[in-house]
Amino acid sequence: MTDTIHARSDRPSRARRVLPARDLAQIAIFAALIAALGLAGPLNIGPVPITLQSMGVMLAGAILGPRKGTLALLLFLALTAVGLPLLAGGRGGIGPFTVSPAAGYLYGWLLGAFVIGHLTARLMPKYPFWPALGATILGGIGAVYLLGIPVMAFNLGLPLWTAASLNVAFIPGDLIKVVVTVLVAGQVHRAYPGLIARIGRPRNPADAGSTTGSASTTGSTSTTA
Amino acid sequence: MSSITFDRVSHRFEGAAASGYTLRDIRLTLTESRIGIVGANGSGKSTLVRMINGLVTPTEGSVTVDGLSVKKQAREVRRRVGFIFTNPDNQIVMPTVEEDVAFTLRRRGLSAAEIAERTARTLDRFGLTALADRPAHRLSGGQKQLLALAAVLVAEPAIVVADEPTTLLDARNTRRIQELLRTLSQQLIVVTHQLDLLDDFDRVIVVENGEVVADDRPAIALGAYRALLS
Amino acid sequence: MIGLYSPGTSLIHRAPTLLKLLLLSLGVGVVALFGDPRQLGVALIVVVALFIIAGVPLKASVRQIAPILWMLLLAVPVQALLAGWLVAGLMAGRLLIAVALAALFTLTTTVTAVLEAFDQLLRPFSRWIDAERVGLLVALTIRCIPLVTEIVSEVLEARTARGTRGTLRALAVPVIVRSLYAADALGEALAARGVDD
Repeated sequence: MTDTIHARSDRPSRARRVLPARDLAQIAIFAALIAALGLAGPLNIGPVPITLQSMGVMLAGAILGPRKGTLALLLFLALTAVGLPLLAGGRGGIGPFTVSPAAGYLYGWLLGAFVIGHLTARLMPKYPFWPALGATILGGIGAVYLLGIPVMAFNLGLPLWTAASLNVAFIPGDLIKVVVTVLVAGQVHRAYPGLIARIGRPRNPADAGSTTGSASTTGSTSTTA
Repeated sequence: MSSITFDRVSHRFEGAAASGYTLRDIRLTLTESRIGIVGANGSGKSTLVRMINGLVTPTEGSVTVDGLSVKKQAREVRRRVGFIFTNPDNQIVMPTVEEDVAFTLRRRGLSAAEIAERTARTLDRFGLTALADRPAHRLSGGQKQLLALAAVLVAEPAIVVADEPTTLLDARNTRRIQELLRTLSQQLIVVTHQLDLLDDFDRVIVVENGEVVADDRPAIALGAYRALLS
Repeated sequence: MIGLYSPGTSLIHRAPTLLKLLLLSLGVGVVALFGDPRQLGVALIVVVALFIIAGVPLKASVRQIAPILWMLLLAVPVQALLAGWLVAGLMAGRLLIAVALAALFTLTTTVTAVLEAFDQLLRPFSRWIDAERVGLLVALTIRCIPLVTEIVSEVLEARTARGTRGTLRALAVPVIVRSLYAADALGEALAARGVDD
């Protein structure tokens, strides 16, 4: 057992970075988490195989918020595109981003993480269940399908409605992931407050444009080794 | 040796109650070559040493290193102060051993050849040359802490601060890291529960409930600490 | 860095990354225009020849290409119903060739080479994108993958030790919270080594 003080990097430095070190680390850890979820392989719930990776996308938005969550996704996708086998099933490279019928879903993940993050930031610090569920459905299913289905239709040369109907089978699995995400995010926000700066409340004009929001989080937490 | 001063330093975490000080009114001038800091978990000693390189900012008062303000001249101070953490896993930031050591030297105006040369020299000094391309996660706990030490010393800081550097290591690796710390030419400030390490130190400071309760030669300060424990 | 790269010394392995990228996009673009099964047949032979020249293992290639086969299994009959078997077959052929070409690029190019190519492509945007920070994030993430994997297996072990099976949520919460603590410590280590200065 060690008592570790987690530093705050909010000193009034001239060289205030757009992303302080702790934010960088959170983004990298979440990108790694999404990758690790892909390595875990699919779970079978009923007849539908569920990849946990897309739940990692929802979690990134719901736990890290719009900026850090979207960047974590961008980082994960960039590492996949350059040839690391991080997509569920050990796929990677530029194929899944361009010519694959599922290419649109990857861009949808990016949009989805942003939408979830943005809406979640308006629900902080309370994170009430039903609005959070709505936010996660909108981003995790709505935004993902919004980009996923047209690209699928285009790459397969199918009419839009046909492509859309092919997706119906995935909705139950996606809904399960949404519910799990909201329950998990709620618990995480209680265990580790301050991950997402609230937006939508009038802020002190002196604070506007500064990045203190993400840095001025919890003061102390102790890790148990 | 460098001179580190704590001038009426207090600290409490944001949102903590008015009485909830982590540190209260610390006044210290650290000039000795070997300084040990002891105290119970939660006594505030980790916060204290983190102020030396600005990882934690005092709520009141100020900390200076060789006259440089830790708050206002953070970059200069951090180049002077190397920091070793407890958990070796979480302080390795690059994928491989060599990359992690070289990482410390970036943005210091050194040429690529200089960086490579100094990295190679440091890896050699710590017996890590054979492991240069090894991914960090394939190292043993002792090797990881060795790497952490190498990554700090490659920049040749004037001061090395170590926060419980051996707490998570086994007995053999604890001895090895302690031996290495003893041989450093740098000013050394160590937070530790391994009291035997401190016997030949110049000064030992005992922290309890956010205050310095003893500050003396090891024999005397450690005596006071043992009395406090019992 | 362990990627999908399959080591080799063929012409395709040695070709400059940006050239390969350019040829790939040209190839995919041209194939998309093909409306005659004979053209596709020729293209398919060329692609197979390229794979033979590159000498990449069959298993690695199949692994990258196979996932689209089940999609085709679903899409081809629908397409055939709507537009006839010829159109459906052409669509399947074009897609297969494009996916195979993309896989060939990935299998014959190291991650480092692709990162360098990206760096070159991003250079005109250096005013908006801090290449050093991007590089740092990439390296940090590669470092974090084993770190997170270890956290996951530790949480799983703890669960087994307690003899509880638990839900997905009971697994996810400790994994995420511990990952966030690890991120705190990493952030501190980065700050101590001057990342914020």
